[in-house]
Amino acid sequence: MDKAAKILKKPFTMTLIAIFFGFLVAGIILAAAGYPTFHSLSVLLQGVFSGPKHISNVIIKSTPLILTGIGVAFAFQTGLFNIGAEGQFIMGCVAATTVGIVCDFPPVIQIPLVLAAGVLAGAVFGGMVGFLKAKFGIHEVLTSIMFNWIALYFSNFISDLKRFHKPDTMGTYAINKSGYTMILGSWKTTKEGKEVLVNNEFLRDTLLKTDVNAGILAAVVLAILVSFLLYKTTKGFELRAVGANRFAAESTGIDVNKNILHAMIISGGICGLAAAFYITGNSPHGIATLAAFENTGFNALGVCLIAASSPIGCIFAGLLFGGLLYGGQSLQYEVGAPSEIINIVIGVVVFFVALTHIIPPLVDRFSKGGKNHAK
Amino acid sequence: MLSSITLFIGITLMYSTPLAFAALGGVVSERSGVTNLGIEGMMTIGAFTGATVGYFTGSAWGGFLAAGAAGGMIALLHAFASITCRADQTISGIAINLIGPGVALFICRILFDGATMTVPVTNKIPKLFGSAGGSGALKNLNVDVTVVVALALAVLLRVFLYKTKWGFHIRAVGEHPAAADTMGIHVYRIRYLCVIVSGILAGFGGASMTLAIIPQFTPTAISGQGFIALAAVIFGKWTPHGAYGACLLFGAAQALTVILGGGSFQVPSEILAMLPYVITIIILILFVGRSAAPKASGQPYEKGAR
Amino acid sequence: MAGESSEYAVQMHGITKRFGSFCALQDMNLNVKKGSIHSLLGENGAGKSTLMNILYGLYQADEGEIFVNGEKVDIKNPNVAIEHGIGMVHQHFMLVDDFTVTQNIVLGNEITSHMGIVDAKKARKKILDIVEKYGLEVDPDAKVSDISVGMQQRVEILKALYRGAELLILDEPTAVLTPQEIDDLISIMNNLAKDGKAIIIITHKLKEIKASSDICTIIRRGRYIDTLLVKGVTENELATLMVGHEVKLVVDKTPANAGEVVFEIKDLIVKNDRKLDAVKGLSLQVRKGEIVGIAGIDGNGQRELVEAINALTPVASGHITINGKPLENTSPRQVIDSGVSTIPEDRQKRGLVLDFSVNENCVLEQYRRTPFSKKGILLKKEMEEFTKELIQEYDVRPEDCGSRRAGSLSGGNQQKVIIGREIAMDPDILIAVQPTRGLDVGAIETVHRTLIRERDKGKAVLLISFELDEVMNVSDTIAVIYDGKIQDTFKQGTVDENTIGLLMAGGKNHG
Repeated sequence: MDKAAKILKKPFTMTLIAIFFGFLVAGIILAAAGYPTFHSLSVLLQGVFSGPKHISNVIIKSTPLILTGIGVAFAFQTGLFNIGAEGQFIMGCVAATTVGIVCDFPPVIQIPLVLAAGVLAGAVFGGMVGFLKAKFGIHEVLTSIMFNWIALYFSNFISDLKRFHKPDTMGTYAINKSGYTMILGSWKTTKEGKEVLVNNEFLRDTLLKTDVNAGILAAVVLAILVSFLLYKTTKGFELRAVGANRFAAESTGIDVNKNILHAMIISGGICGLAAAFYITGNSPHGIATLAAFENTGFNALGVCLIAASSPIGCIFAGLLFGGLLYGGQSLQYEVGAPSEIINIVIGVVVFFVALTHIIPPLVDRFSKGGKNHAK
Repeated sequence: MLSSITLFIGITLMYSTPLAFAALGGVVSERSGVTNLGIEGMMTIGAFTGATVGYFTGSAWGGFLAAGAAGGMIALLHAFASITCRADQTISGIAINLIGPGVALFICRILFDGATMTVPVTNKIPKLFGSAGGSGALKNLNVDVTVVVALALAVLLRVFLYKTKWGFHIRAVGEHPAAADTMGIHVYRIRYLCVIVSGILAGFGGASMTLAIIPQFTPTAISGQGFIALAAVIFGKWTPHGAYGACLLFGAAQALTVILGGGSFQVPSEILAMLPYVITIIILILFVGRSAAPKASGQPYEKGAR
Repeated sequence: MAGESSEYAVQMHGITKRFGSFCALQDMNLNVKKGSIHSLLGENGAGKSTLMNILYGLYQADEGEIFVNGEKVDIKNPNVAIEHGIGMVHQHFMLVDDFTVTQNIVLGNEITSHMGIVDAKKARKKILDIVEKYGLEVDPDAKVSDISVGMQQRVEILKALYRGAELLILDEPTAVLTPQEIDDLISIMNNLAKDGKAIIIITHKLKEIKASSDICTIIRRGRYIDTLLVKGVTENELATLMVGHEVKLVVDKTPANAGEVVFEIKDLIVKNDRKLDAVKGLSLQVRKGEIVGIAGIDGNGQRELVEAINALTPVASGHITINGKPLENTSPRQVIDSGVSTIPEDRQKRGLVLDFSVNENCVLEQYRRTPFSKKGILLKKEMEEFTKELIQEYDVRPEDCGSRRAGSLSGGNQQKVIIGREIAMDPDILIAVQPTRGLDVGAIETVHRTLIRERDKGKAVLLISFELDEVMNVSDTIAVIYDGKIQDTFKQGTVDENTIGLLMAGGKNHG
């Protein structure tokens, strides 16, 4: 009984339960709407796994979600609800695009420069929210929402500026090629490259047909780094203490305001990095004039929650998210079911993640007998 | 001149109404102690239901009421998770924001032949002065009836919360649920009702968008308004009059960008569009200071827990 | 089996209540006569509150029966309890800070005119009638957050009387009162009893039982022990029954061997949240090897004093020095590094991060120092060893709790962790604020012994407590705080409780 209780209490188990229910509810909805459930599931799985091209695309689609998810998770761990991830991502895109267009250094300088621009933009944007909370006590949800909109319109402003705007399109030019981070991007177009690709179907499928980029590698590295920072360093200890109980942290000498600021700067910076990889790694390598939010930042909240705020968990949650979003397209194509069923799946999974939070306390109550209850 | 002023007032009222409904709903929920981050999702469902029912029945008010019902039903999910299951209210709210648009678009595609927008309704919400409505400057004040409904609601809600016994009960539940419980007040029941009401109002907010301002539901019909409504609740310090005022502020800033944009100023339209949000932040820094949510907001209530 | 007689206001028979597999109450009995003042005595965690919560309908018993006025009842919720004339005044007041006194009293029972709009005037009149009858002074229009604790308690009593309570349950009512206010409360209780009302007092304070009650029922670990007439028992006998074995009510200590002054506060002025002066020119000295205890009622500036010492709040004027080094307006970290360790009043809010493991909590101040970290990286093994030693020395249970959440420990064990941690810092002065709040007799003994041990080692100890007995028993020097100033200072043994009580309430010492 005790072993079973322990397993039940692991966050991983709860996530699996939530995912199971997500699919279950979606299945019921599909059936109610008259679509074949099991066939839909197989189409979905095929759409994701049936070939290197698809797997590659899932990874590419997941990358910004994973990275931004890590940024949001970082903030969560320090007690801050970074609903401004959307704005920080947008500003990161703006910075990466403008620097990428204006500068044209050799890749060894250009790439770090563009990435740094993204990080800086996100960090400053996030830092402003942290500053306003630390200094004036203004609720970070409120300021984040405001900044999201400011970012959106600022992005459109830049996108429409003559310096950046590409005529006859709804967006900017692409950044200079020296900033691209696709894997083996330029090799693909050389003579040797083309020769190899002609003969190798696997490589052709992945490198030519998709924009495999370094972002995913960065995501994995970052997840490990952030985890290390949070759990193994004194800085992470401070940040988590402030997030868990700012009063006790304050009483034992930790500088609460400074840490809130640092947390938002780092969180924003990570979202900015996600944006920079997005721009440098995916065509059209520029920003478009947006009519509405593209929702990377908001979806990252979902990723983070499914991952229970664990940076490493974000890798898997991000892949799940990305896989669902990508697979949903084939669902529409093959079965005719609206691709939005995927959004429902994701939403229901997050909903059940919320519900499954009550399982550990319940398990505690039944196994240990609630000794702490009566005082 | 007068015409410009009335135009400004008219546009302000128009833009702030969907926000006002949703924000007032947010106030009700938060005051009872349940954080409602899912306003955006509830508005979206309301917007879709309103436009759809309005189209199929030809009745705008029918659509409006149906939108409220839809919002209330989805709010029931949030209530169940937050109150009965004592789940994390933040997560539940975000889940609703993901589910809402998903369900709306899903059903939209099914009912409207795979399209992601509904067919425009033939009958929108009637205007205050009728479709012929006023001349000259007064014509700009010929707002949708929903504007008046929202204003009336704000006033009513203020009286309700601060002068009636049910208002006292709700506020007690939000500040000190244990105290209310020991006085025999049904904490869970009140919270359920308040969350459902907030869903209904969010639904109305969505519908007042797709049945009055634009005549149909599109994927971008509700794109962030729910969050602005949430911001209005915080900005308005969780009071009905404060939240309504904040919505007017947002609406006014929006109206300002429309008027200035069409005028002789050479300010880029995007910078104008940023104005409402920048102004809000400046006001926050200068005036509002530390915000204080109802004391028990966001915390599940557990009987006997001390 | 006592008959279902209506001489009794309430009879509870065979009450059993389980939470999961933990049995909070086993076959408990309680019979309270009308017009009597009946104490329910037991240690912290014995089950007294649980029993009363069942009587008030907040919990349902698993087994047993309840009779009110001789009639069997099923109390499903507080509304039913109120209908049967049962009223409860909780230990932690159930008052909505934002509402006025009147609004709090009528909550749930508002008199309304049309459309549900509340009629404040009628309520006010009804309240004032009750106030006059029993002498419960309150200001009906004041906001609860603005009134004194004593008045807040009277509001709680009024809440019950407003609803026609014939049986009043008071949970630890004297915890927050001055000796004089306690006398006032006892006379109010006597008035109510004379009027035929029955009163149950939940308490672990032996002195108050002797002063106020006719009868006392003792509960230990959820079980019925005995019911006695208070007149015929001594405090020691009650204590023995409560704990199950002989208890030392007085602390064992050798006289102090005080050295030089190590910690000094001079003319300190500190403002509270509302920008008013809370500490109004306070001066105090603590010597090496001495325990200075500050006696006083909560709300006389103690909180602001401690926050000022810890640099959590700015000092308007005055000085705080340790070994000559100034502490005012520095930072919490600097204060800690200067040799000041504090056991905070609210252990769950300021003392521990409940979600962190015990290991992590033990290094909350020291995580940046060797041996716990090197170049910014935490050294887990050293943290675990340190914690293990602390657990052993202070007998923290369960022994293997190092990696468990601090929130899973009981209150007493949490306090031990904090005490151990603060002492391990080897401070020059140890400040203990309400260190035994919510602890049972055994744990209280341990804490007192620890403070005296540190004093014997040559540390300076500053004890701030709202329990007068504790201050008088443990301290070498007793200082009385009232209205933000130290009114007078005495050596232990040279002053009696009444004098101190008078000073605590603002009276003057006439020699």
